[in-house]
Amino acid sequence: MAYEVNGNIVEHDEEGYIINLSDWSKELAEVIAKSEEIEMTDEHWAVVNFLRDYYEEYQIAPAVRVLIKAIKKELGPEVGNNKYMYELFPYGPAKQACKIAGLPKPTGCV
Amino acid sequence: MSDEVKKFLYVNRKAPYGSIYALESLEVVLIGAAFEQEVSLAFLDDGVFQLTKGQDTKEIGVKNFSPTYRALGDYDVTKLYVEEESLKERGLGIDDLQYLTYEDEDDDYKEKPSIKVVSRKEMADIMAEQDIILSF
Repeated sequence: MAYEVNGNIVEHDEEGYIINLSDWSKELAEVIAKSEEIEMTDEHWAVVNFLRDYYEEYQIAPAVRVLIKAIKKELGPEVGNNKYMYELFPYGPAKQACKIAGLPKPTGCV
Repeated sequence: MSDEVKKFLYVNRKAPYGSIYALESLEVVLIGAAFEQEVSLAFLDDGVFQLTKGQDTKEIGVKNFSPTYRALGDYDVTKLYVEEESLKERGLGIDDLQYLTYEDEDDDYKEKPSIKVVSRKEMADIMAEQDIILSF
């Protein structure tokens, strides 16, 4: 199973998370988003970039409750609330945004 | 969810690398944090090495997961007890450990240290207070 970006093949697991985290690029993010039926806006990117920074710093993808709390602190309550985050990522902000951000499935996601 | 909150203690006794215990324990803690129980962590014997700063795993080809301990505060895991005797026996002190903090919601989100060094005797008392102890 794989995504295709500019002729390059990027492998993913059965749930759509990429296998090699170093394969990630902005173009790939757009491709993954499309397969998730998400049109990437600045707000989507803010969350995705936030997640990549979080992973870089802590080496984990945060659970959804931790993500929303952290986003609220970083980007304000207009973005960092359940309703808005689920509008951006209807199938779960942590799961979908992590997938688009090229990270593993969130720790604490059962 | 049951409204009965239980006291969970995760006991860490092994060095961070060379076996899977330390990483497994940390992952169970992060997953278990969703269940809103009263969670604390104990570090003794070689387990104290899990919290040391400046870990570098490049040469052994495994992921350095020590930065993940810094995320524990975000998961509301705020009590990390480290046994003083175990540190001393290994020539370590609190300054050799990462400085881990959490934000206290009840105190204007002030940053407070999560690690508390306790004596062997105090550690025994902490264990005696628990409802559930999980050893790694």
